[in-house]
Amino acid sequence: MSPIAVNTSSAIGHAAAADADAPIRIAVRDLNFFYGDAQALKNVSLNFHDRQVTALIGPSGCGKSTLLRTFNRIYSLYPDQRADGQIILDGQNVLSPSVDVNELRARVGMVFQKPTPFPMSIYDNIAFGIRLYEKLPKSELDGRVEEALKKAALWNEAKDKLRQSGLGLSGGQQQRLCIARTIAQNPEVILLDEPTSALDPISTGKIEELIEQLRTEFTIVIVTHNMQQAARISQFTAFMYLGELVEFGPTNKMFMTPTKKQTQDYITGRFG
Amino acid sequence: MSEHIVSSYDNDLQDLRRRISEMGGIAEKMLVESIAALLRGDQPLAQTVIASDSRLDILQREVEESAILTIARRQPLAVDLRETISAIRVSGDVERIGDLAKNIAKRALAIGGQLQPQKIAAGVQHMTDLVLAQLKDVLDAYAQQDTVKAVDVWRRDGAIDALYTSVFRELLTYMMEDPRNISFCTHLLFCAKNIERIGDHTTNIAETVHYLVTGENLALDRPKNDRSIDATVGIGA
Repeated sequence: MSPIAVNTSSAIGHAAAADADAPIRIAVRDLNFFYGDAQALKNVSLNFHDRQVTALIGPSGCGKSTLLRTFNRIYSLYPDQRADGQIILDGQNVLSPSVDVNELRARVGMVFQKPTPFPMSIYDNIAFGIRLYEKLPKSELDGRVEEALKKAALWNEAKDKLRQSGLGLSGGQQQRLCIARTIAQNPEVILLDEPTSALDPISTGKIEELIEQLRTEFTIVIVTHNMQQAARISQFTAFMYLGELVEFGPTNKMFMTPTKKQTQDYITGRFG
Repeated sequence: MSEHIVSSYDNDLQDLRRRISEMGGIAEKMLVESIAALLRGDQPLAQTVIASDSRLDILQREVEESAILTIARRQPLAVDLRETISAIRVSGDVERIGDLAKNIAKRALAIGGQLQPQKIAAGVQHMTDLVLAQLKDVLDAYAQQDTVKAVDVWRRDGAIDALYTSVFRELLTYMMEDPRNISFCTHLLFCAKNIERIGDHTTNIAETVHYLVTGENLALDRPKNDRSIDATVGIGA
């Protein structure tokens, strides 16, 4: 009996297999990024498929968080950071000056490593963003808040303390609150920058479970230092090094039979 | 292959390779000595072979435990994961080879001092020589992670199957000639089958080596030449 080589096209158990036929939600083309004179991304071209989780992995300083921050142009808060190239979301280059960045940031939500709840009630944390763009009657607003909290698997724990401060929640709960806040905007894409690095294993598990559920509705890009996490929850993985994309492919293949020695050295802990 | 940042990880994998290497050495010796005991009627040698098997069983369990611990502790990926899984598979195959050699040694005791017809003895010895070469080569291939050598072993199995078929037919003829031959010929038949099965295990190991190195399976159709299934006895014909 032969050993079973990993077959990326069959859904053996768990998180669904990589669907390379899913339409491309974000297309990155020849992206270069500079912090002042220092070039942090070099000619990166990469596709992110619709409703798939793509993991960005690589050693510190490889550019994965930089790449993540270009998708919602959060870097533009800082004067000497600039990007050139194309990031095409639904046929539109988000780097173009004509794009409304506030609207972009509602479509492309972001969750950071350290949970960042607003210093307001749990309810207002979610309602704040909705109120910026929409004038809703209270009952509808209540409904949207409840829906977001339910989708973020926080409703049961939060429903009896919606008026309490978001800062009073545990780390894992705060992180789910941040995810709920993002979801409330009905984004197309959710960016997660090491969302569980600061959390304990149980909270991490809950967030991973949440990501698997969210994937059916949103396109997700996650930066993670945890190789096993990337292997568990993503369908596609991109390995970056020193600002360049080294290898990209279905997660099963990347972690079982990577093409590049550099990729294998990194994921097996031989990088040194 | 460069070293892991955590050196004890390298030690864990080295440990697996070392145990399998020891298992391989024992299995080779058991094969050679069990056939020698069979063909020469050497009872003490047969007893030695039977006693060696327990060491193989212990090593196989150690390999399994060590591999499982490695998976739990290191969460190996890519080539490291394939190597850990391969160690479990190969140790299983080598342990079976030891069991088959032990079985031959037991039958050597059962046959006692009865001499075998020269033709059968030559056939059995020839099969053994081929299988021993397969075993040595495939264990080298595993140690060196040499997939070319492994595929070569995989291909050569057909010759052993063909020899087995002819030994099988020969034994049927002897059994037909004289009923007094049936007892020892039946034992010899099992021995020949055991040798052929050892050959099959070496091809399993070859497939595992190929998987370890490339991450791919060898094609499903290994060349098979065992036609003993077609050999019939025309009783009363």
